[in-house]
Amino acid sequence: MSTAKTPAPDPGEPQPLVELDDVSKFYGNIRALEGVSLEVHAGEISCVLGDNGAGKSTLIKIISGLHRHDAGTLRIEGEDTSLSSPREALDRGIATVYQDLAVVPLMPVWRNFFLGSEPTRGKGPLKRLDVARMRETTRTELLRMGIDLRDVDQPIGTLSGGERQCVAIARAVYFGAKVLVLDEPTAALGVKQSGVVLKYVAAARDAGLGVVLITHNPHHAYLVGDRFVLLKRGAMTGSHLRADISLDELTRQMAGGNELEDLRHELERAPVPTHLGGHPAKPAQETENTGE
Amino acid sequence: MTATAQKTADERLVETSALRKLLGRPELGSVVGAVAVFAFFVVFADSFLRASSLATVLYAASTLGIMAVPVALLMIGGEFDLSAGVLVTSSALISSMFSYQMTANVWVGVGVSLLATLAIGVFNGVMLTRTQLPSFIITLGTFLMLTGMNLGFTKLISGTVSTKKISDMEGFAGAHDLFASTLTLGDVDFKVTILWWFGLVAVATWILLRTRAGNWIFACGGNKEAARAVGVPVTATKIGLYMGVGLGAWIAGQHLLFSFDTVQSGEGVGNELIYIIAAVIGGCLITGGYGSAVGSAVGALIFGMTSKGIVYAEWDPDWFKFFLGAMLLLATLLNHWVRKRAEASK
Repeated sequence: MSTAKTPAPDPGEPQPLVELDDVSKFYGNIRALEGVSLEVHAGEISCVLGDNGAGKSTLIKIISGLHRHDAGTLRIEGEDTSLSSPREALDRGIATVYQDLAVVPLMPVWRNFFLGSEPTRGKGPLKRLDVARMRETTRTELLRMGIDLRDVDQPIGTLSGGERQCVAIARAVYFGAKVLVLDEPTAALGVKQSGVVLKYVAAARDAGLGVVLITHNPHHAYLVGDRFVLLKRGAMTGSHLRADISLDELTRQMAGGNELEDLRHELERAPVPTHLGGHPAKPAQETENTGE
Repeated sequence: MTATAQKTADERLVETSALRKLLGRPELGSVVGAVAVFAFFVVFADSFLRASSLATVLYAASTLGIMAVPVALLMIGGEFDLSAGVLVTSSALISSMFSYQMTANVWVGVGVSLLATLAIGVFNGVMLTRTQLPSFIITLGTFLMLTGMNLGFTKLISGTVSTKKISDMEGFAGAHDLFASTLTLGDVDFKVTILWWFGLVAVATWILLRTRAGNWIFACGGNKEAARAVGVPVTATKIGLYMGVGLGAWIAGQHLLFSFDTVQSGEGVGNELIYIIAAVIGGCLITGGYGSAVGSAVGALIFGMTSKGIVYAEWDPDWFKFFLGAMLLLATLLNHWVRKRAEASK
């Protein structure tokens, strides 16, 4: 089904599926993204890390065809390009799974699975959805990913957040995506569900897809990532291969080193005021001690 | 391994399926309501159960139901059309005045009217998708403009507030047969609009549940951004839905013209809300993404039964609006409750 691009014969670096080179995007006079470079290879996971407002969403929108970039180059399988619509990105094998708008909650699972690419049978006015095939395919594809739904007719909104992400990932894999872009797939999930989702991300990678994993959680990124790009306020502050960086260093860079130190001071426990029932002298003393 | 997993999945399916499927139907609340209204008038209005009375009820339901179907589809697609009521009048006026002024065969007017109503649908749809303004505002504008144009053009062309008679013109008999004839079954007269209505409900149900376009309509209303992101042509779907309202208005308008021969230019104001009420009573979610064409038909039937039932019960028809309002509230609450139950049972 979804096959990765045959590796280039060149023994060195194979050609990336998607490559951003010094890409920038401006909204009016606001710099949303400037000078960002990123490579996505088949069978690898490229992580994009950054805090809120770092430009992660803008980066996704450029790769998935919602916005055009203003400067720099976007190469898909080596070819300079500029995506004009999500449809075009899909046609070129780039599927995006958004954190909050991945599915239509009130629609049944099987309708969501095929949304936008519905198979039909019959001709002319009798051209109709191949409902039996849609139901069956949805069930088997989800089973393959280890999701056992009792009823593919249930509205997808009744699934848990993790299951919904997995349906969206299974869908992208089924439709032959070469590149899977995941927007904070673990952001709203608990520890266990995050683990499940990351497992499917790894499964997609093993199926030969190139994965772009957007996240603000360095722990999740380091579990599965091969490449790490750090964004801060629209600019790229770091780009590392897995071999070149440790989790601690990644976390430190992600959290912004000194900023974390400042934050620690800010969050230091202040003494509870007496009128709220605090014990005046002693706790204040202790806090001071720990602070030093 | 796959086989066993599937088997267990199927077993669990059987346990809950029947009840949940029923509760999951959008029109369930309205069917319960329709049965209640029917029983109510059977008890309180002696002549209600006669075949001729029921034919009258169906006729009243059909003239409304023809418009409730496309309005329901539009609502499922996440939009309103406040211009739908006066668009019916515009359709009749255009057809009548074009034929009369050009002294053409009435079928020419009928065709021009179809093009005009579709064009107004396109206008609504394009304005909506281009400006991204709420459909409430866009179609409120169209509603007012059409109301003014209906009155203004009619006065300009005919000199009065209504159109001239066209019953002696060429083609009238045929058009009358198509849009306003009466079919006699046994000794009961049924209006042809009932067939148009049933036909539209069937076609709309087919489109909604069995075509790609139907999938797109649900998706546009349920989550527009998600739909766009997976490649659904949201703009085309919305424009198509407004053209559907244009088509419904054309049928309803031609019925108006060919059954009454002349058209009052001020008619239709306020009907747009009744179409919306029928769709909502029928289980359409006002925020979009959920509902059915059959539901809108049941909503229209409740409307027909109430409006005629009050007459058969020999009550003051002034009470009709009160009943309609109470019905709307009850049906919406019931739908809400049913949907909650359906989701909780999972």
